[in-house]
Amino acid sequence: MSLKKIENKVLSEKRLTTEDALALFESEDIFTIGRLANIIAERKNGKNAYFIQNHHINPTNICVNRCKFCAFSRSRGDKGAYELSIREIIKKLRSQKTENRKQTPPQPPLSRGEVYPSPVTRHLSLPFREVHIVGGLHPDRRFDFYIEMLKRIRKALPHIHIKAFTAVEVDYFSKISGLPPSETLRELKNAGLDSMPGGGAEIFDSRVRNRICPEKVSGKKWLEVMEAAHKAGIKTNATMLYGHLESLKHRVEHMLKLRELQDRTGGFQAFIPLAFHPMNTKLSQKSEVRSQKSKPSTLNPCGYTSGIDDLKTIAISRLFLDNFQHIKAYWIMLGEKIAQLALKFGADDMDGTIIEEKITHSAGALSGNALTKAQLTNLIEKAGKVPVERDSFYRPVRY
Amino acid sequence: MNRITKKQALTLLKSADLLGLGQMADNSRKKLHPDGTVTFIIDRNINYTNVCINKCKFCAFYRDKDDPDAYVLGKRKLFNKIKETIALGGTQILIQGGLHPELDINYYVELLKTIKDKFPIHIHGFSPPEVCYMADKAKLSIKKTLQILNEAGLDSIPGGGAEILSDRIREKISPNKIGKDRWLEVMEQAHRIGMKTTATMMFGSVEGPEDIIEHLDAIRRLQDRTNGFTAFIPWSFQPGNTELSQKSEKNSKSKTQDSEANSSLVPRHPSLLPATAVDYLRVLALSRVYLDNVPNLQASWVTQGLKMAQVALRFGANDFGSTMIEENVVASAGVKYRVSIQDIINAIKAAGFQPAQRDMCYNIIKSDL
Repeated sequence: MSLKKIENKVLSEKRLTTEDALALFESEDIFTIGRLANIIAERKNGKNAYFIQNHHINPTNICVNRCKFCAFSRSRGDKGAYELSIREIIKKLRSQKTENRKQTPPQPPLSRGEVYPSPVTRHLSLPFREVHIVGGLHPDRRFDFYIEMLKRIRKALPHIHIKAFTAVEVDYFSKISGLPPSETLRELKNAGLDSMPGGGAEIFDSRVRNRICPEKVSGKKWLEVMEAAHKAGIKTNATMLYGHLESLKHRVEHMLKLRELQDRTGGFQAFIPLAFHPMNTKLSQKSEVRSQKSKPSTLNPCGYTSGIDDLKTIAISRLFLDNFQHIKAYWIMLGEKIAQLALKFGADDMDGTIIEEKITHSAGALSGNALTKAQLTNLIEKAGKVPVERDSFYRPVRY
Repeated sequence: MNRITKKQALTLLKSADLLGLGQMADNSRKKLHPDGTVTFIIDRNINYTNVCINKCKFCAFYRDKDDPDAYVLGKRKLFNKIKETIALGGTQILIQGGLHPELDINYYVELLKTIKDKFPIHIHGFSPPEVCYMADKAKLSIKKTLQILNEAGLDSIPGGGAEILSDRIREKISPNKIGKDRWLEVMEQAHRIGMKTTATMMFGSVEGPEDIIEHLDAIRRLQDRTNGFTAFIPWSFQPGNTELSQKSEKNSKSKTQDSEANSSLVPRHPSLLPATAVDYLRVLALSRVYLDNVPNLQASWVTQGLKMAQVALRFGANDFGSTMIEENVVASAGVKYRVSIQDIINAIKAAGFQPAQRDMCYNIIKSDL
C-alpha cells in the first residue's frame, strides 16, 4: 500500500489516525517511514540528538509482582534476591563522584566538615547529573522508607536531579500508605522527587496485559497515576513494551491512549519504546512451542524483536505521537547500533551514560552496561546529528 | 543498465542520505533476488594455526611460533571438528590460518587429500595470502599452486586477506601482507581454472572513502573479466586487542611522544573508535549498488550482531553467511555473539524473509525451515 496519503498528512502537519499508524506498521517501506519520521524529528528538535550523563540505581529486585517478561525480579529468599539500604545507595552514587575527583587533580582535598568553595564547581565534578531509580515492589518496605530515601539522596547530592519510581511503584506506595495517588505524589515531591520515568506501561490492552503481567496495575490505573503526577507538576516519560504477545493494533491503541492523555496534561517529556528481551523470562519458555508453529512474522513472538521492527516502531511513534517533544532510543534496550540508526528514524534522544544497568541485562541485553560521553558523541555525530548534552528537562548543559 | 561510476560512488559514500542509499541498495537487491529468500551456509571455520609471519596491525589472532599459546591443529582434532560439522548438518569447512614458516605446500596437499578421503565435505580454504606464501616457498607460480591444491581437494577460495585493496593503506595496516595486485591475481587465476571465490573488504581502520571505492572498483573490474566471485562480504575492523587500536590510543594520549613510530598511523578519530552502524550500512548499501555484477552480498552478523544483520537485509544484503559453528579470529578481538542455527533462521524470518540453507555456490540445499 502506498504511503502517499500519510506522507501528505505529515508534510501538511496533520495528525495521523490510528488507521494511518496501522498502515505504517503493515508497510514494508521502511525508507519512507524513516524519512517522514526524520522530518518530524527535525521539525521538533532540529538536528539535535540529546544525551544525559545519568546513573541508574535499582534499590531492590524483590517484587510482589512477578511479571512474565521480567528476568530481574525475585521473591524474598530467592537466590540472587537483593535489597540496597539507603546508605548503600548513597555510597554507590558517591563512589562515582570520588572516581571522578581522582581524575581531576586540581581539586583541593576536603577536610571534615568543609564544603566546596562553590556549589557549581562541585556540581561539575560529578560524572552524572541525574539519578534514575526504579525497583521492585518490596513486600516489607514502608512508604516512609522511600520518603527517607529521597530526602537523604537530596541532602547528600543536592544538585542531582532525582528521577524516580514508575507509576506502578507510585500506585503501590499509595496502597501501602493508604494515601490517594495525588497525595502520595505530593509527599514524594516534597521529599525530593523531581520527575518520574515512564516504565511499567508495558502494553495497556488488558487481555495481553493479563497474560504478560497479571499482577501489575491495569493500563487504566497507570494512566491515572501519570495524570495525577502531571497535575502535581511532575514531568514524566512514557514507555511501551513491544515484541511479546501483542498485535500491531495493540501498539497503536497504546500510543493513542498516551496521545490522548498528553493532549490533556502535556506532562510527558519523552516516549520510549522498549523492545522485549526474552532471556531468562517466562515468556521465552512459552515461545519455544509457539515459534515452531507460528508463521514468519515481524512480531517474532517472544524471541528478540527484529532490528527492522525496532526502527519502524521508533519511527511510527515519532509520526503518531505529534504532541510528544521527544522520542528516546534507549540504547540499553536496542543495543547501541540500532539506537544510533534510530536517530535516522525519528529518535532525538539516546538516554545516557547509564552507569550500572541491571534490568535489561538480566534478560540478555545485547548492549554493554555503560557508554562514555565520547562514545555517545561519536555515535550521534556519525549519524549526522548534533550531540547535545541535556539536563533532565532537555535543557542543553553548558560548561 | 547504467552502471554508477567511481566518481558517483564516491559522492554517494561521502554525502548520500543513508536512507536514500539504502533504498537504492534495497531496489538492487530486489532485482537480483526477487523472491525474498535469504540464504546461509552451515559450516565451520577451522583455523589450522595462529602462527603467522605477517603480523597485521588490525589482527588480534596471530602469534609467534614460540608464544605459549601458539598452535598447529593436529589431525585428530581437525577430523573431530569435521565430524561434528557434518553431524550438525554442515556441508562445508572453511580452512584458514596464519602463514606458518614451517608448513609447506606438501603439508597442505596431504591435509586436503586426507580430508577428502575421509569426508564428503566441500573445502573452502586458503585465502590469497596463504596461497601466495605456499607458492613462494615452493617456487611455483600462483596458477600451478592453485592447480595442485585444487587437484588435492580444494574446492573454492575464501575472499579473506583483501582488507582494503589500496596499497597506500595496506602499507599502514598490513605491511608484510601481499599487495593489491597479488591478491587480485590469485583470485583471477583461481577463477580461470574454474574455482569460485568470494571477496571481502575490511573497512573502518585508517582508510578514507577513496580507498573503499578503489577496492570496490578492483572487484568489479575483475568480476567483469572472470565472473568467479560468488559473493562480496564487507565487514568492519574490530579494534579490540589489536596493535592498530593500541597504537592509536597511545597516539591520542601523547601526541609528541612516540610520534615517529606512529607517524604512519594517523587515525581518523583520536582513539580509533570502531565503525558505527551507520558507517556499516552505508558501505554495505554502496557495495550492493556498485557491484552490480556480484550476485550475492553477505551481512556480517559476526561483527554486527543479529539485529543489525536483519537491518542489513534491507540495505542490500541477501545472505547471512556462515552459521559459524566455530569462529576464532573476530572472537580474539573481543567480539562474540553467541548464535545458533535456529537463531539465524528465526532472525531471517523475523526480518520478513524466507530462510534457506545453501552451499558455497549458492545452490539451495534446504528451504523448508
